Amino acid sequence: MGNISATAAAKITEICNRYKDEKTPLMMILSDIQNEYGYIPLEVQEVVSKETGISVAEIYGVVTFYSFFSLEPKGKYVIGCCLGTACYVKGAQQVIDKFSELLGIGPGQTTEDGLFTIDALRCIGACGIAPAVSINGKVYPKVSVSQVHDIVASYQDAK
Amino acid sequence: MAKINIKIEGVSYKVEEGLTILEAAKACGYEIPSLCTFNHGECNLGSCRVCLVEATGARGLVASCVYPVSEGMEIRISSPAAVEARRESVELLLSNHNKNCQQCEKNEYCELLHVAKLTGARDDAFAGTHSKTYLDTLAPGLVRDTSKCILCGRCVARCQNAHGLGILGFENRGFNTVVSPAENRSFADSPCIQCGQCVNVCPTGALMEHSEIGLVDEAFKAGKHVIVQAAPAVRAALGEEFGYPVGTPVTGKMIAALRRLGFEKVYDVNFGADLTIMEEGNELLERIQNKGVLPMITSCSPGWVNYAEYNYADLLPHLSSCKSPHEMQGAMIKNYWAEQKGIAKEDIFVVSVMPCTAKKFENKRPQLAKDGIMDVDAVITTRELARMIKRSGIIFNRLPDEEWDADIMGDYSGAAVIFGVTGGVMEAALRTVYFKLTGEEHEKIAFEEVRGHEAGIREASIDINGTKVNVAIASGMRSAKILLDEIKEGKSKYQFIEIMGCPGGCINGGGQPYVRSCFLPNEADDIVDTYKEKRAKALYSEDERQEVRQSHNNPQIKELYEKYLGKPGSHKAHKLLHTTYEGRVGFN
Repeated sequence: MGNISATAAAKITEICNRYKDEKTPLMMILSDIQNEYGYIPLEVQEVVSKETGISVAEIYGVVTFYSFFSLEPKGKYVIGCCLGTACYVKGAQQVIDKFSELLGIGPGQTTEDGLFTIDALRCIGACGIAPAVSINGKVYPKVSVSQVHDIVASYQDAK
Repeated sequence: MAKINIKIEGVSYKVEEGLTILEAAKACGYEIPSLCTFNHGECNLGSCRVCLVEATGARGLVASCVYPVSEGMEIRISSPAAVEARRESVELLLSNHNKNCQQCEKNEYCELLHVAKLTGARDDAFAGTHSKTYLDTLAPGLVRDTSKCILCGRCVARCQNAHGLGILGFENRGFNTVVSPAENRSFADSPCIQCGQCVNVCPTGALMEHSEIGLVDEAFKAGKHVIVQAAPAVRAALGEEFGYPVGTPVTGKMIAALRRLGFEKVYDVNFGADLTIMEEGNELLERIQNKGVLPMITSCSPGWVNYAEYNYADLLPHLSSCKSPHEMQGAMIKNYWAEQKGIAKEDIFVVSVMPCTAKKFENKRPQLAKDGIMDVDAVITTRELARMIKRSGIIFNRLPDEEWDADIMGDYSGAAVIFGVTGGVMEAALRTVYFKLTGEEHEKIAFEEVRGHEAGIREASIDINGTKVNVAIASGMRSAKILLDEIKEGKSKYQFIEIMGCPGGCINGGGQPYVRSCFLPNEADDIVDTYKEKRAKALYSEDERQEVRQSHNNPQIKELYEKYLGKPGSHKAHKLLHTTYEGRVGFN
C-alpha cells in the first residue's frame, strides 16, 4: 500500500463510507472511484478491501470483469468506438483500426502523452447513426475511415 | 423434517423436504455422476453442469446439486437426454483442459477423470482453441497450473470459509477467466499463508503441493546421511492412501516403510514436540512471572505464523519465540545428534514428513538458517510420502509394524502425539505447566475441555494452585481473527492461546490425503463430515496407549537437558530452539 498518498487514501475511505449501509456496496464504490480518478489500481483496491472486508482478489475480479472499470489511467480523451452489430456491419472495425493506426495504440491502450485512449465498446444504443464513435460524451455519427484523421487532429489542436 | 414423495426412475421414495435432487437421490441409493462428491456446495454453485437430470416441473434439464426436490417430483437420471447432457458437460470441461493425465500427480484422485470415466466423455469432442494458461511454481508450498483448472471455485470458497482470506478469486471474463490471486500474481507475491486448504479441495491437478521428492532423491544420490522425521498427524491419515478405514493409525507400518525407503534414521517429531513443550511451557511461566507480553500464542503452525506476519505485525511479540517441533528436532539432529555420532552437519540431510504445505515455506525461512545450514532440508507431505512408497513397490499393507529409532531422540510422550489436532498443544502444555507450578501431576492427565476437531474457538479456565489460567484455542484464521482483534483492542482475558492454521488442526492439514467419497467406497456417506473426528481419535488413542503422558517425563528429553542444553530457556536452548518473526507486506 506504500505507493498511495495519504490524501488519496482518505478520499477512497470517504467514498467507501458513503455506502456503509448498503448490503452490496462494491459496485457503487468502484464506480465512484473510477469516476473520480479514471482508474482503480491494486493499491486502491487494497484500501477498499481494508474498508469493506471484501478480499482483494474479489475486488480485482469485479474490476477486470466490467470494461467500465480500468486498471490503468485513461487518456484525456477517451475514444469509444462502437463495435456492436449494427456499427460492425457498417464498417466500425475499419474505423477503430484507423484510430489505432494513427495513434499507434490498440483498443484499451493509452498514448504515451496521455492524450488518447481507444476503447472498443459493445452497442451504445445509437444503431441509427452507425458506425458511431463517442469521445468524452460527444457522439460522432456515421463515421467513415476518411474522417478519422480530422477527428483526431481536432483534439490534438485543442489539447 | 417433513417427508415428501418423489419418484426416481419410476420407483417411489419418501425423502426429506429441502434436500437437493443430488442429496435425495443419494439417500435413495443413486449416485448421480457429479463433481460434488467432496463438499456441501463449497464451490461456484451449479456452474459445472455435470450433474444434469430430468425432473418433472422443471424446464429442460436441471443441475441436481442445486435443484430442490418437491412433492410428486419424478426424476430421471438414466434418460438418454440426461445421460447425453452429462457426457457433453464433461466433454466441454475437457475441451479446455490440459489432458496430460499420465504426468499429473493428481491422477489417482482426479475427480474430472473420474466423471469422464463415468459419463463416457471423450476428450476430442469439442477440440478447439485453449485459454492462455499460467504456471506458478514460485511459492515453496503450492503450485498453481491453470491449464488444469475447471473454474469450479471450490478453492475460492475454501480460502474464504476457512480463513476469511479470499486470496483466490475469478479474474477477467469469458474465455480469459482464471482463478488466481489478485493481478494473477504468484502465491509468493500475495498474502497467501500457503496452508494448502485450496489444494485439499481442488478436483483436478490445478492446485498441488510443491513437491520436494526430487530433493530427497538428490540427497540419497549424493550419499548424505538422510534422516527422516514424521509429524504426529501423518500416522493418523497415511493409511487412507492404502485402503485403511479413515482414522486407522498406521505408525508401525509407516516406520517400516520409511526404513525400506532407505532413511538412515527414522525419528518421530514427537520428540521435538516434547522439547517444544519444555521450552514453550518455560516461556509461558516466565512471561506470567515477569509480567511479559500476554497472552502468549503458540507458534507451531507455519500457516498461522504467515498469517500473523502479514496481517498482525504489531502482535508478533505475543507469539512464542519457540521454533516449531520439527525445526527444533532438525536443529538437535544437526547439532546434538551430529556431535554424538561424530558426523559433520554438512553431511546430514533432514527430511520432515508433514501434513502441511506451509512447512515447505517455513523450513526456508531465513530466520531458521545458521551459517547456511538449515535445520530441515526438505519437507514432504503425507501425500508425497504415499507416492514414494507406491513408486518403490512396497506393499504397505503387508509391512510388519516396526518401532522408531530410539538411540538418542526416540522416546516421546502422549502429550506430543496430540499436537496433531486442535487443542493438542494447549493440552500438552497444560500438563507440563501444571506440574511446574504445583510440583505434582494433574490427577486426570487429560484436559477434555480444550479438545475438539473442528474450526472455531474453545476456551477454558484451569485452576492451578489457586491461580486461574485462562486459555483459548482457535483453528482456521476466521476464528483466530476474533481472538486477535480482542488482543488488539486490549480486551483479551487469556494468558495462553493456541492457534492452528487449518480448521481442526494438522489432522486436516493441506498435505493430508484427499477425502473424496467417490474414492472411498467403503466409507459411510458422511465421511466428508466425520474424517476430522476419526483422525483426531486415532491420535488421542495413541496418547492413551503411551506410558509417559507428559513431556517433562520423557527420559530422553531429561537426558538432552542434562547432557547438552542445560535447562529450558538456557542460552544454548535459545540459540538452537528459538526464532524471530518479521512483519511482511502481502502485495509487495
